[in-house]
Amino acid sequence: MLEILLDATVRAGTPILFATLGAIINERAGIINLGIEGLMLIGAVAGFAATHASGSLLIGVIAAFVLAFLAGSIHALITVQLRGNQIVSGLALTMFGIGMTALFGKEMVGLTITGFERIAIPGLSLLPVIGKPFFNQDLLIYFSFVLVALIWLFFYRTRWGLAVRTLGENPAAADTCGVPVNLYRFLAVTIGSGIVGIGGAYLSLASTPMWIENMSGGRGWIAVALVIFAGWSSPRAMLGAYLFGGITAMQLRFQAMGTTISAHILQMLPYAFTILVLVISTMRLAKGASQQPESLGQPYDREDRK
Amino acid sequence: MKLITERREISSRLLRFSAPIVSIAIALFVAGFLLLASGVNPLEAYREIIIESLGSIYGLSETLVKTTPLIFAGLGVSLAFRMQIWNIGAEGQIYMGALGASGVALFSGIGNHWLMMGAMFGAAFLCGGLWAGVAGFLRARWKVNEVIVTLLMNYIAILWVDYLVYGPWKDPKGFNFPLTAQFSDTARLAEYFNTRLHSGFFLAIFCALVLYLFMERTVWGYEIKVIGSNPKAAQYAGMHTGAAIFFVLFLSGAIAGIAGFSEVAGLQHRLQHGISPGYGYTAIIIAWLAKRSAIGVVIVSFLMGILLVGGDSLQLLWQLPVAFVYAFQGLILFFLLASDFFIQYRVKLVKGGRHA
Repeated sequence: MLEILLDATVRAGTPILFATLGAIINERAGIINLGIEGLMLIGAVAGFAATHASGSLLIGVIAAFVLAFLAGSIHALITVQLRGNQIVSGLALTMFGIGMTALFGKEMVGLTITGFERIAIPGLSLLPVIGKPFFNQDLLIYFSFVLVALIWLFFYRTRWGLAVRTLGENPAAADTCGVPVNLYRFLAVTIGSGIVGIGGAYLSLASTPMWIENMSGGRGWIAVALVIFAGWSSPRAMLGAYLFGGITAMQLRFQAMGTTISAHILQMLPYAFTILVLVISTMRLAKGASQQPESLGQPYDREDRK
Repeated sequence: MKLITERREISSRLLRFSAPIVSIAIALFVAGFLLLASGVNPLEAYREIIIESLGSIYGLSETLVKTTPLIFAGLGVSLAFRMQIWNIGAEGQIYMGALGASGVALFSGIGNHWLMMGAMFGAAFLCGGLWAGVAGFLRARWKVNEVIVTLLMNYIAILWVDYLVYGPWKDPKGFNFPLTAQFSDTARLAEYFNTRLHSGFFLAIFCALVLYLFMERTVWGYEIKVIGSNPKAAQYAGMHTGAAIFFVLFLSGAIAGIAGFSEVAGLQHRLQHGISPGYGYTAIIIAWLAKRSAIGVVIVSFLMGILLVGGDSLQLLWQLPVAFVYAFQGLILFFLLASDFFIQYRVKLVKGGRHA
């Protein structure tokens, strides 16, 4: 029972995990990206279309990354180079994503593909309780584990990671040290967006191997809230994403058991819970438990440097 | 040779004024390619949009019908914008307003038309206001990000309405469709000219005027502007920023909630699944395009009304998904943001290298 629930937790949490990781990379560089929801949809539709056309899941994932990377570059251009309002640009990106995917996904409704299949890792998958949920999963889930570690290593063990973190804290200082502020910010936004796209692809290539209009259903917004819960750190993002996976898994389990509670009420739980978690993590933030990047949301103009 | 940008000392009025128009024009141009890609001749599509929405009395009335909820929601969002507060939850506030008004219409048993209208209006106002007020309270008390809270509450509000119309409020004679029973005549707004145009539209215009006077002619309106542009100065001047944040978000949601009242009392005459097809999201663009002016909101709402009526006919004629309108709205915002840059900065081509 616990094993099954944990398994469903990981599977439901993974798309949110990718999205949260992508959002963290954006915000670490000082750029708020509210386009996550739209980017997930773009990743989902691109991944599905490419896999359907080529028959290769790998090509699907790459297409999801590339298309979301390109869509993210619009946000990057507007917020980094043109110093536009980050909130409005992000909202525009979400609307753009919802509209574009509905338009170009129309042809793909009802088509099917063979999605990602489980591959058991010898040895580890035999562990009691956590073996199956974590080590008898599909390749994208294993990739998400690797990505969590890579992002942590990048931010805390490399010179480039330090430079990107400085962009979020004090871009003027980074500029003085010779960090190409605009280039790095641009890359952080676009690469982060690409990773969000992979989260979308997880929905259409693994969760349910098909394309449904608006299939992200608010997961992108949950991810935006989780960034704060995660305190901008990738291992904590994993914790947060699985927390939500857990709520979703439990909610689905309740429905499957034929409870008398309305499905609509149960479906509210993930959203209500996100708000609760957001409130608690914001209160912790105020107490200094973790630190929001100091310059988050502020455009950088060298002329303003003091 | 090298491109450099420098800040303009004063931004020209002409640029400011023409930016939204130019942005819409470029967005139309780019959206034309999207239409081409989906096999639709853009010129024909644009002609169709104009004819359907403005070409006949009926078309015009339909445009005004769609303009109505947009004005309310746009006013709500733009009020919060004034204080640099982001109310992304107008969609949910419309649903809650509709829910409140419908509850009164179905269950209060009030017999007098005007009393009923007042009670429905009040319920919608309160429901929308409290819905946004949650985000206002959290923001004022603990600085919780209101963008995320208002947005997530949209999903919850929509699920509430679904819960009611699929469950306890479902019309027993409704053939199992997700809708409530029809309202009695007491709970309906008047309609005009044999069209679906209802008094909600005039109420919306009236609201815009009231809000304009409130913002431009009262101390409260002034305080909201000051808190928005310089919160520190506002605090030094003794303004209660926390209370103001709650109050503004409450009012912002309440005005959006009136859209819900106007939709159920004037148009749908019942509560049903999908009562708003995204008016609350369009409202964000309206508020941004209108540069926070109440009168601007009315004008831009009308433009968006044209787009929505046109979008419906594109769906009928060429099976384009309704969400296409979102792609177009996203494009408008992108170009508007980009144009802001050219209002603030001058781009120059200069000779020389890096240090020129």
